[in-house]
Amino acid sequence: MAIRLSCKEASRLISQGMDRRLSVTERIALRLHVGICDACTRFTAQVDFLRRALRAFPGPNDPEDR
Amino acid sequence: MPRESSAPNPLELERHRPYLLRFALLQLRERNAAEDAVQETLLAAIQGAARFAGQSSVRTWLVGILKHKIVDSIRKTAREQPVESRAESGGEEDLEAFFARDGHFAEPPEEWASPERSLEERRFFEALERCLQSLPRNTASAFTMRELMGLDTEEICKELGVSTSNCWVMLYRARMSLRACLERTWFRADGAGAG
Repeated sequence: MAIRLSCKEASRLISQGMDRRLSVTERIALRLHVGICDACTRFTAQVDFLRRALRAFPGPNDPEDR
Repeated sequence: MPRESSAPNPLELERHRPYLLRFALLQLRERNAAEDAVQETLLAAIQGAARFAGQSSVRTWLVGILKHKIVDSIRKTAREQPVESRAESGGEEDLEAFFARDGHFAEPPEEWASPERSLEERRFFEALERCLQSLPRNTASAFTMRELMGLDTEEICKELGVSTSNCWVMLYRARMSLRACLERTWFRADGAGAG
């Protein structure tokens, strides 16, 4: 794996990192990329947020009106 | 002595039906399948009411049963129609569209205004449901099994009958699509934060 990732490669690894344990090389490459990339920093925060949102589903208690 | 008084009665269980249905619909899409899963859940709960440990809330207990019914249903569908449409497994053309030729995001993710506050808004969850519904069927199943039900990828691949790497691609696709969809329909629209 190239040590310099593109956003395309980085975002894929960020996603896989939520589903499997990344290798040391992958983690280092990812850290190097995300450290200098605003887009991938946001992407990381947003997919984390997606996970929290799904855990919180279906959201605030419904008033039992429906 | 067991605490007989803590066993929920059928009427009390019935009260949770709308909530359970919403949970099931998010994953099964077809109303009939969702209603079946909820019906089976409530039946199982009535039969097993004595086993309700009283350590969690009744709702949490019911959701626990429902999750199993949902996985059963997904498994059944996957077996009956192993629809592996190209866009859902092998092909990754749709993912290419998120990126420029040089590997940068075609549309870089934007800063989201106070996402945590969205979790307190019902309208946010409605937006999330709409975004989930726009995903290809198996992709949505994989994603909700992973994030809503907390299954690991291995189980998900098995239920859907796809390879592990396909599974990762499906989850990646789901995340890419959902974050773009929420940005477009919620965070950038007047729904969130500033509005």
